[in-house]
Amino acid sequence: MKLTLKIWRQKSTDTEGRLVDYVVDKISEDMSFLEMLDVLNEDLIKKGEDPVTFDHDCREGICGTCSLYINGRPHGPTRITTCQLHMRTFKDGETITIEPWRAKAFPVVKDLMVNRSSFDRIIQAGGYVSVNTGSARDANETPIGKEIADEAFNSATCIACGACVAACKNASAMLFVGAKISQLAMLPQGQPERKRRAEAMVAQMDAEGFGACSNTMACVAECPKSISMANIVSLNREYIGAKLTSNQV
Amino acid sequence: MNWVNSLLGSNIGRKLVMALTGLFLISFLFVHLSGNFLLLSNDAGAKFNAYSRFMSTAGIIRVLEIVLVAGFLIHIYTAVVLTRKNASRRPGGYAAGNKTPGVSWFSKNMGLTGSLILVFLILHLRTFYFEYHYGTIRQVYYQEQSQGEMATKVKLTVLEEGQIPPSGVDVYKDMAYIAHEAFQSPLYIIAYTIAFILLGAHLIHGFQSAFQTLGFEHKKYSPLISALSWIIGVGVPLGFTIIPVLMKLLNPLYANQ
Repeated sequence: MKLTLKIWRQKSTDTEGRLVDYVVDKISEDMSFLEMLDVLNEDLIKKGEDPVTFDHDCREGICGTCSLYINGRPHGPTRITTCQLHMRTFKDGETITIEPWRAKAFPVVKDLMVNRSSFDRIIQAGGYVSVNTGSARDANETPIGKEIADEAFNSATCIACGACVAACKNASAMLFVGAKISQLAMLPQGQPERKRRAEAMVAQMDAEGFGACSNTMACVAECPKSISMANIVSLNREYIGAKLTSNQV
Repeated sequence: MNWVNSLLGSNIGRKLVMALTGLFLISFLFVHLSGNFLLLSNDAGAKFNAYSRFMSTAGIIRVLEIVLVAGFLIHIYTAVVLTRKNASRRPGGYAAGNKTPGVSWFSKNMGLTGSLILVFLILHLRTFYFEYHYGTIRQVYYQEQSQGEMATKVKLTVLEEGQIPPSGVDVYKDMAYIAHEAFQSPLYIIAYTIAFILLGAHLIHGFQSAFQTLGFEHKKYSPLISALSWIIGVGVPLGFTIIPVLMKLLNPLYANQ
C-alpha cells in the first residue's frame, strides 16, 4: 500500500505546530497503524530527520496509551484502540490525516503526544478506596451480587485513553470521570468515601479545564471499551446527591 | 452557603440549572398551547379574549410571569456562560473536523436552535404581548343573540373610538383579532413555522438531556423519556402551527371578516 500522511508536527508545548505531508510506500495491510508509523519513522531516521513522536505502550489494546486522532475520529474509523487498528481498514493511495488529541487539559508535548496527567490528578483527588493494610483479606469476605459486580466491572474497563475527551465537542471528561465514580459508587468498598469522592473528582475535573457535558454521546460512540452513557448519568446523580447531602458546608 | 456556590459554579451545576429551567419552560409551553386552543372556539374570540384578559390581569399570573421571565433569563444566561466556556476547551479545533457517527444534529446545535428561538420570541412578544399591553388594540364586546329555542349565537361588536358601550356588557381587548391578523401575513407564517421546527429540534434533545443531567437513567423508564422527547418535540410544534390553519376552518367568524 502507498499512503499520503498529513501529520501534525509540533516541536514543543509552547511552539506552533502544523500539518506536514509524508508519503509511505510498501505498507502491508496486515500491519497495525502504529507499525505503519514505525516504518515512517525508520525512513525519517535514515534520512536524518526528526522522527514523529507518538504515544504507545502495550500494543495489545489494554493500556490506553496510544492515542491519535485519525481522519476526524479518535483511534480512527473503528471503535478500537489505535494499536489494534490495521492498515486493511484503509485503501491503497488514501490520504490519512493524523492529529493529536486536542483539549486544553491535554497539552501537546511533542507532535502527536499529549500530556494526559490531568486524568491522573482527577484520580488522585478521589478515585481510590482506603483499605486496612496488614495480612491479605479473604477474597469473598464481602459478598457482592453478580449484577453489581458485572456493572462495576464494565465501568472499570475504562483504560483512561482520553478518546472521550478527544471526541467531545466540549472536550469534556465526563465519561472518564463517570466510569471511575460509578464503579466505586456501586461497590461496598467505595461507600465510606463516596460523597467526598464525587465532590473532589468533579472539582478537579473542572479545575483541569475540561468542558461540560452536552449529552451528545460522541464519547460513547468512540469509547474503545464501550463505557455506557449510564456512567455519565450516574456521575450527575452522585455529584448532585453529594452536594445536597454531604457534610461539606 | 459555600456549597451552593460550588455546586452552581461547577459544570454539572450549570447543567443542572439548564435542565431545571428548561423543564420549567417546557411546562409553560403546555400552558400556552392549551390557551391557544381557545382560538378554535367558534365564538368570535370571546373565550380567547376572556382568557387573555385573565392572563394579563390576574395577580397570580402576573407573579408567575416574573418567574417565567426569570426562567428564560437564567436559561439564556447559563447557556451563554456554558457555551463560551465549552468553546475555550478545545483551542484550535481539528483540521479533519469531527466525523464521529451517530451523534444527533439536535444535540450538537442547541446553541444555534436556542438563539434562533430567542430571535423569534422577541418578534413574537412584539406582535402579541406589547401589542396587547401598549398597542392600539381594538376593543370589542359580546352580546348573545338567541336563535330559535335552544341555540344562541354570540354577536361581536367593535367599539369605535369614543363610543360608550351599552351598560352591562364586558369590553375586551380583541387579542383573537391580533392573532387572526398576524396569520394573514405570509412572512409571519414562515417565521412562525421555522421557529417551531427549531423549537422542536431544541426539545427533542433538551427534554431527554435534562433528565440525564438530573441523574435519571433506568432501563424501565429511560425508553419512555426518550419517546416522550420525540412526542413533545414533534407534538408541541405541530399543535402550535396547526391552530392558525384550524382557526380558518373552525372559527369562520374571524376568517370571513
